[in-house]
Amino acid sequence: MLTGGFEASEAGSLRVLICLKFYNLVCCALSVLFNKVYFLSQSEDTQQQIIRETFHLVSKRDENVCNFLEGGLLIGGSDNKLIYRHYATLYFVFCVDSSESELGILDLIQVFVETLDKCFENVCELDLIFHVDKVHNILAEMVMGGMVLETNMNEIVTQIDAQNKLEKSETFIFQSPRQDR
Amino acid sequence: MALKMVKGSIDRMFDKNLQDLVRGIRNHKEDEAKYISQCIDEIKQELKQDNIAVKANAVCKLTYLQMLGYDISWAAFNIIEVMSASKFTFKRIGYLAASQCFHEGTDVIMLTTNQIRKDLSSPNQYDTGVALTGLSCFVTPDLARDLANDIMTLMSHTKPYIRKKAVLIMYKVFLKYPESLRPAFPRLKEKLEDPDPGVQSAAVNVICELARRNPKNYLSLAPLFFKLMTSSTNNWVLIKIIKLFGALTPLEPRLGKKLIEPLTNLIHSTSAMSLLYECVNTVILCVQKLRILIEDSDQNLKYLGLLAMSKILKTHPKSVQSHKDLILQCLDDKDESIRLRALDLLYGMVSKKNLMEIVKKLMIHVDKAEGTTYRDELLTKIIDICSQSNYQYITNFEWYISILVELTRLEGTRHGHLIAAQMLDVAIRVKAIRKFAVSQMAMLLDNAHLIASNTQRNGICEVLYAAAWICGEFSEHLEEANQTLEAMLRPKVTTLPGHIQAVYVQNMVKLYASILQQKEQAGEKEAAQEITQLMIERLPQFVQSADLEVQERASCILQLIKYIQKLQAKEVPVAEEVIALFAGELNPVAPKAQKKVPVPEGLDLDAWINEPPSDSESEDEKPKTIFHEEEQRHSRHRQPEIDEEELARRREARKQEQANNPFYIKSSPSPQKRYQDTPGVEHIPVVQIDLSVPLKVPGMPMSDQYVKLEEERRHKQKLEKDKKKKKQKKEKRGKHHRHNSLHTESEEDIAPAHHVDIITEEMPENALPSDEDDKDPNDPYKALDIDLDKPLADSEKLPVQRHRNVEALKSPDSEVPLVEKKSKKPKKKEKKHKDKEREKGKKKEKEKKVVEEEEEEKKTYDIQGNLQNDSQVTVSVIFENKSTSFLKSMELNVLDSLNTKMLRPEGSSVHDGIPVPFQLPPGISNEAQFVFTLQSIVMAQKLKGTLSFIVKNDEGSTHEKLDFKLHFSCASYLITTPCYSDAFAKLLESGDLHMNSIKVDGISISFQHLLAKICFHHHFSVVERVDSCASMYSRSIQGHHVCLLVKKGENSVSIDGKCNDSTLLSNLLDEMKETLSKC
Repeated sequence: MLTGGFEASEAGSLRVLICLKFYNLVCCALSVLFNKVYFLSQSEDTQQQIIRETFHLVSKRDENVCNFLEGGLLIGGSDNKLIYRHYATLYFVFCVDSSESELGILDLIQVFVETLDKCFENVCELDLIFHVDKVHNILAEMVMGGMVLETNMNEIVTQIDAQNKLEKSETFIFQSPRQDR
Repeated sequence: MALKMVKGSIDRMFDKNLQDLVRGIRNHKEDEAKYISQCIDEIKQELKQDNIAVKANAVCKLTYLQMLGYDISWAAFNIIEVMSASKFTFKRIGYLAASQCFHEGTDVIMLTTNQIRKDLSSPNQYDTGVALTGLSCFVTPDLARDLANDIMTLMSHTKPYIRKKAVLIMYKVFLKYPESLRPAFPRLKEKLEDPDPGVQSAAVNVICELARRNPKNYLSLAPLFFKLMTSSTNNWVLIKIIKLFGALTPLEPRLGKKLIEPLTNLIHSTSAMSLLYECVNTVILCVQKLRILIEDSDQNLKYLGLLAMSKILKTHPKSVQSHKDLILQCLDDKDESIRLRALDLLYGMVSKKNLMEIVKKLMIHVDKAEGTTYRDELLTKIIDICSQSNYQYITNFEWYISILVELTRLEGTRHGHLIAAQMLDVAIRVKAIRKFAVSQMAMLLDNAHLIASNTQRNGICEVLYAAAWICGEFSEHLEEANQTLEAMLRPKVTTLPGHIQAVYVQNMVKLYASILQQKEQAGEKEAAQEITQLMIERLPQFVQSADLEVQERASCILQLIKYIQKLQAKEVPVAEEVIALFAGELNPVAPKAQKKVPVPEGLDLDAWINEPPSDSESEDEKPKTIFHEEEQRHSRHRQPEIDEEELARRREARKQEQANNPFYIKSSPSPQKRYQDTPGVEHIPVVQIDLSVPLKVPGMPMSDQYVKLEEERRHKQKLEKDKKKKKQKKEKRGKHHRHNSLHTESEEDIAPAHHVDIITEEMPENALPSDEDDKDPNDPYKALDIDLDKPLADSEKLPVQRHRNVEALKSPDSEVPLVEKKSKKPKKKEKKHKDKEREKGKKKEKEKKVVEEEEEEKKTYDIQGNLQNDSQVTVSVIFENKSTSFLKSMELNVLDSLNTKMLRPEGSSVHDGIPVPFQLPPGISNEAQFVFTLQSIVMAQKLKGTLSFIVKNDEGSTHEKLDFKLHFSCASYLITTPCYSDAFAKLLESGDLHMNSIKVDGISISFQHLLAKICFHHHFSVVERVDSCASMYSRSIQGHHVCLLVKKGENSVSIDGKCNDSTLLSNLLDEMKETLSKC
């Protein structure tokens, strides 16, 4: 299961972070664009702290080291690890437990990014910044409640398109009163 | 003007969507918090509007803010409102918000049950999908119980999109509601062979998750998975299956052999590295292959290679040990993840032979490690490695103490307490080492300023706690006690944390006592008085401490010493008495010892020992008893009161055990009580290590010397042994052999340098050995340890929301009312059914469903109502074909009543049935809708109906009929409508409502539960709740207001209702009474 469960008693959860680094002459500010936690057990404050520390851990790693990181207690014990990929200014970080294959998750991140690319047509940071809800929806087609739902990109894109179409038709109905499905 | 402003701001609020919010936040970097709080105010305004689009927009923005770390739980109710919107666009926003912020503690979550059920049965697959996705994030035990059956039905949905989601979410349902596992498992198993690869992969996923926790229950699935493994081409599925087999193989050795062939095939044929890795991981014999991975330049593969290695280590430590060089090399890797993995491996690789070498290497790393996290990790690993299995690999404890002392020089570590705990443990349990330990600790105390200088930053000063205690407790081993005492009395000590100071104070007295004894025995009265004087001079600094513990101990001891001084002035020998204060030895106690002491028979800990004092009791009696008790405790016994005989017996048993344990070297008979063996140190054959090293040079690592010493010692041992061998072997190949033997030195050859008595931890006599203590009772997976191979019992059924009365007409086939279906015909199967409600249009209304079954087919009719206008109701029926035959030409007909009529197509007569627009293959369900018109809603209605259909199977077609009854209860005309308390109060005050009330006895469920039941079954919403009293509101489709006041007494519930229509009210209350009496 893609994980996260930050307390021993909690079952798995997945955390996806997309982080963006802004380089600035004076200081290096960072901002977390997107995160999703499966199984909520902590308060917003703890979540934010975990995200910050995770990002800190990930961002200071070199380019040519491995893509796995054991966060220890921070992410809920030794069974969980962080798996990340770095694309230009973006970090995609998943937190998974030992039931997931490490390289499999790296593939999954790749699928996620490619899907984003397809859905946004050449995705860039600004897409992710302004359309967080869409990113959530895309992720929801891939991962459900911390478990991998679908890894076939075409299938994911088909479902997303169908939902977008449905949304559009509804907006239309919305404008012409007294029509219900 | 004011109006304009209001209007303007409303317009703006309309305009600000998520993108505007994000842009705004980015433009207000300096005063972000202020800007966001302003936005939240706007959002609150928007949430108050009636327009669902505005609300959804607001919730969407809240979801974003939640992501930034703002608490949005206050909007939970609004989120539910948006979830129940009819449009998919809004529904999706609502469910997303819910998945982000709902958790088990969210109280309004119980209000969502109905909504989710309705969405699950929606004809639009995306409504269902979005509900499943949301539910997977916030499912609670209650939701899981109520919805398990609905989700199970969805597992056989016609659309693979829904099926895969339903299958996947079952895992979450099992976790929250383990009872559902057995009833649902057969269907889950079915899904392993689903034609759709997505569904198949989801099923594999769920079963793998389940099996990972409790593999033995899933052994029976092995053949099925074996088939899947050889046939599937989906890498994801394959990886999961291989992982599953990894968990199963240890339980069933034969499996391993069978697996080798397909796995090797996979290894050779796959191009996917991930799959290859998992295969290799499972076939853990390929250590050599792993070496290739580790030596690879790709860091990812290196990491995974090490990871796999650590798994092999558990089963085949020998094969991994040969790669020690490689692993030590990895310690130098620049990548922290890889270093940590290598460290982990080292833990399992140490032996008596290489422990010193490995730790030496680690110490070098500690010195040059940058970053405290990694250094702390190293520190804990060193301690773990050394202390594992009861110090099994340590041959020289002096070396270990030196290592610990060296570690105290680490700056900024958080693990001071760990080092301290180790020092204490070793000093207490290894008697032979005490003298050495004490001298080292005295040195630490002397150099306390080095350690304590940075108290603020780190926890390393914790070691002073251990040092002070060890010096005090074993002060008889101390050579320069005076000096140590002085070091402890330095003014600097008062800057240490309170708990350490307290230990200082207490142990000073122990030291003082032993010095006093020394001096008195030597007849140096002057010196004895001097030391007393010193104590009296320095102690007041502790008396002034802000820490209560320190202050109390210090002042107590100060008084004691002043008293001693007086006695000394009279030349009375006091040392004996003072030392008696600390007589007795501490034995280590096993961590769980306390728990294992059985409660003596007849002891009732809940009973009063003495009756609680009555008011009449005179006050002056109490102090007496207290005083009496104190008298008894006065003499200080640190040991639990066990008589000598008992102790002797226990000691004997322990020695017996140690004698049987090859590692334990029998200790020389050393009496337990210290006062008896003060000179008894000589008994212990302390090793003749030539301590030419000046021990008191702070800041200089000395453990290295031990490594050398140890090598020499071992070499000497070897030589001696070899000499003996040589004699026997007549020297022919002697030289050569000796050379060889140096390298083949085996574990047993290494005798520990110290004759060490590692005292085992004490356990109460009749402690029951049990391993179960170790299990975490809160482990959520434990509940899922369920035997799945047992056939389902009748009692094991998923709970079904059995709304009010569900009836079946007496038909020739089913003569028994469905609810208690004890079928007479063997072919009949039981089936439960469910209401699913869906909201459509502005008003809705719900209906009973009727379940029918027949010889061969089983159908679940889920009938849902939906009101378009105030006199029309839509009933949705879900037909499910449970038989193995094909059903077609279905026609539904209802006998109209005066009040309620089925809406038929124009031109047809009232006796014509309405054709159902589909056919049903076996195992498929589908939904059809029928519209009814009605005039009055104040009374419940029952309509008789018939469903006719043609059954087609191999033997031909037959025409069948099924009778049913539709029950329109009054509650089904109600719509859950939220109401604010001020509006509610106004409504009650208006005075045009009729009143009625009921009372139901024998209610045992909790009030919360009770309210949830009323909300669920009767479509009310809670307006306000105070303790065990709540007001509720609902509205009928024709606009009747219904207000309830529910009060819970001890065992009863009373409901006062007010409504525009008295008949409706009394009918409603009757229905409610019926529901409640079933609780």
